[in-house]
Amino acid sequence: MASERLSEAGLRARLSLQRGQNGVGFKLEVTLQFGPGLNVLFGPSGSGKTTILSAIAGLLRPDAGHITLYEQTLFDAAAQIDLAPHLRRVALVFQSLALFPHLDALGNVAYGVPGPASKAERHSRAHAWLTRMRVAHLARAYPSSFSGGEAQRVALARALASEPRALLLDEPFSALDQALVSDLGAELLDHVNSLGLPVVLVTHDRNLARELGTELTLLREGRVERVGPASEVLAARV
Amino acid sequence: MIELEPLLLSFEVALLATSLASLLGVALAALLAQPRFWGRELLDAAITAPMVLPPTVLGYYLLVLLGRESAIGHAFESLTGAPIVFSRGGAVVAATIGALPLICKAARAALESVDVRLVGAARTLGATRFRAFFTVSLPLARRGILAGVMLGFARALGDFGVTLMIAGNIPGQTRTASLAIYDAVLSGRDADATRLSLIMTLFAMSVLIGVGYLTKQRPDGF
Repeated sequence: MASERLSEAGLRARLSLQRGQNGVGFKLEVTLQFGPGLNVLFGPSGSGKTTILSAIAGLLRPDAGHITLYEQTLFDAAAQIDLAPHLRRVALVFQSLALFPHLDALGNVAYGVPGPASKAERHSRAHAWLTRMRVAHLARAYPSSFSGGEAQRVALARALASEPRALLLDEPFSALDQALVSDLGAELLDHVNSLGLPVVLVTHDRNLARELGTELTLLREGRVERVGPASEVLAARV
Repeated sequence: MIELEPLLLSFEVALLATSLASLLGVALAALLAQPRFWGRELLDAAITAPMVLPPTVLGYYLLVLLGRESAIGHAFESLTGAPIVFSRGGAVVAATIGALPLICKAARAALESVDVRLVGAARTLGATRFRAFFTVSLPLARRGILAGVMLGFARALGDFGVTLMIAGNIPGQTRTASLAIYDAVLSGRDADATRLSLIMTLFAMSVLIGVGYLTKQRPDGF
């Protein structure tokens, strides 16, 4: 089972990074492999989850290591390759969602639609994604008026509309109540499985990790502690 | 009877100067807002210096830099047929130098207050650094920048010292409202001085109230 996953890993990263501030140092040293479909990166806050996602997306430069997405090298410290974030086609949904406050939902989702496409074409593709995420009625509304669940759906629509080759989700459900999480989680799983791209979901929520029930990487203090099916990894740690 | 000519000239000079200072100031602010730019504090100090240096010092530097014998002054004169100094161009340069730090500082603060995650989101959605700046950073910073531009305009309207140093006091050419007030006071035309001063004060107060309104944070932070 494990070797089978290794061979099909689409997103591989070996990251090494050290940040020291007034004696309070943080050290990250991980090797990660994520296959197509949902992968959960689980760990307490401060274990380096967000740092890992930022590095994969290209918003933060590791000290050493490499990142590959399928056949493409995104980062390789030794070979001095550091692909700019806009060329990586790795969509990142921030914990804060980072919806553009000056654009309506349609404008937000159309922002990432890859070109060349006319404005009308971008908008029609954006609208299709809003419809798939069941928030088409919000097309002309601005983020400040969205509920937590609505903002979440628009942020996911925006990420998926950019036609990414990998999708990173940082604590995507942290602002939602439990019932919404179950709904949206199940819906997200459907989308993700139909797209066939590697999806990395970061969470420190044990219940969510168990509920999603997929392959799980347990992170602790900047290191990978265990990798395996969620039920096994979480059961081993009481 | 109000002397209209100096007032109109002041507005004309201030409009040109504010346009120049806005383009330059926002470009410099974008540079200063970059976290990894080594000469940042030095450049910031150089832009801010006109706020604290005596106008005579600034005027002297500008005369050396832009005078008819200087390389820039010479090139400008052979291209346009007129010198920069002691002409309307000199008055525009003087007002630009005054407005630049106000606009640049406001723009830097406004750009730095834009959530870096929004810019990061734009980048991961395929936007180049350039596109992210113009479609995310700049629109979100626009209120702060506009406030700086208004302050800069008010400052450009009232420049006295540097204008006198490099543009002189030529009626219809470089004698702006603040210079006309100086003339009126020196020649004992107190009524003229009072009228022009009140108009300038009224205008400055209106601008400041406008800036106060612009910089008041809205509930949604936008």
